[in-house]
Amino acid sequence: MFRLSEQLFQGARLSLTAHEPDQDAAVEARWTNDPEYLRLVSNEPARPLSAAAIKKKYEEQEKEKNHRRLSFALRLRGEAAPAPAEGDAQAAPAACPERLIGFVRFENIDWSNGSARLVLGIGAADDRRRGYGTEALGLALRYAFEELNLHRLGAEIAAYNQGALRLLEQAGFQVEVRRREALYRDGRRWDDLWLGLLSEEWQARRAEAQA
Amino acid sequence: MNTPLFTGALVRLAAADPEKDAAPWAGWMRDSEFLRLLDTDPAVPESAAQRKKDIEERGEPKNTGFPFVIRALADDRLLGFVGLWIGPSWNHRNGWIGIGLGERATWGQGYGTDTLNVVLRYAFQELDLHRVSLGVFEYNPRALRAYEKAGFVLEGRTRQDTRRAGRYWDSCWMGILHSEWEARQS
Repeated sequence: MFRLSEQLFQGARLSLTAHEPDQDAAVEARWTNDPEYLRLVSNEPARPLSAAAIKKKYEEQEKEKNHRRLSFALRLRGEAAPAPAEGDAQAAPAACPERLIGFVRFENIDWSNGSARLVLGIGAADDRRRGYGTEALGLALRYAFEELNLHRLGAEIAAYNQGALRLLEQAGFQVEVRRREALYRDGRRWDDLWLGLLSEEWQARRAEAQA
Repeated sequence: MNTPLFTGALVRLAAADPEKDAAPWAGWMRDSEFLRLLDTDPAVPESAAQRKKDIEERGEPKNTGFPFVIRALADDRLLGFVGLWIGPSWNHRNGWIGIGLGERATWGQGYGTDTLNVVLRYAFQELDLHRVSLGVFEYNPRALRAYEKAGFVLEGRTRQDTRRAGRYWDSCWMGILHSEWEARQS
């Protein structure tokens, strides 16, 4: 059955949305002052970025949407607004404030082979270890397999990123490639791990969860 | 300082010549077997004019990519291309090799192995990389064997990431460390 009413961009607490370049850039720029964040989400040399540079990145991402890369802002919805008083059916639902907490990005989308790579980041240290990653990953996988119709989804993480490794393995990803000593961070060499999840594996896990 | 950096036993590495090389290169791009061994893109022929433009653009020296063409030492004929690409960026000192031998007559004759030896020496002795990586399709056993012979170690397979001829295939990913290459030189 086609569950057309199931909202692809809504989880229990989080939403996938477009980026609003003017508002979001300042928030993401703050995250880039934290080297831990940068070293968890990227293998590029860690460096603080200006809001202007990030705004430009959002605008470029918007242009190449649906091509090789697709980016989402990850937002935490505020407390639910109180239900309108009994009999006050005319009251419009109160706007729900949302806060930018991270991003979800599909990279290297290879349409003819049905594969892509997932990158997911939670920006502020205070927002990590609260289960947001698990929820965001769930939304990302449903989107990858049910909307982009991918056959497989890959992910790349540094071997020191144990949190991400656990998160991905819990979602069914398998470590497929261990690129020995491919990274240099904090004065030593680390392996670079490539993981993968096939559409059929995700479908099977979902069927099991719903049974 | 007199190491013949660009020369092997059968081949030499050179800069591509847009005038002379575009036509034979475009000829290889009509060979679908060659294209399907090269990358995951749908195989599409390419004109000599487009190839000439590409060679001109790539001819601009950059510190993140080192593209060469492969020429036969015997008669200087163009045989293929090879390049080293630094990635994700210089801080990790990792290079990726891309290689294509377009001239089918050279397949299985040791030209690939000789090219790999020259490129690895360049990677480790000129660029001082810590490791060199490459990817190869599981349906290309000839290349897999050549890479193993050159010292590459299989580090894993990304499952079913390539769809060709109605089914999915794995990609194999290999790497060689500077220390491993050094140990093989004695």
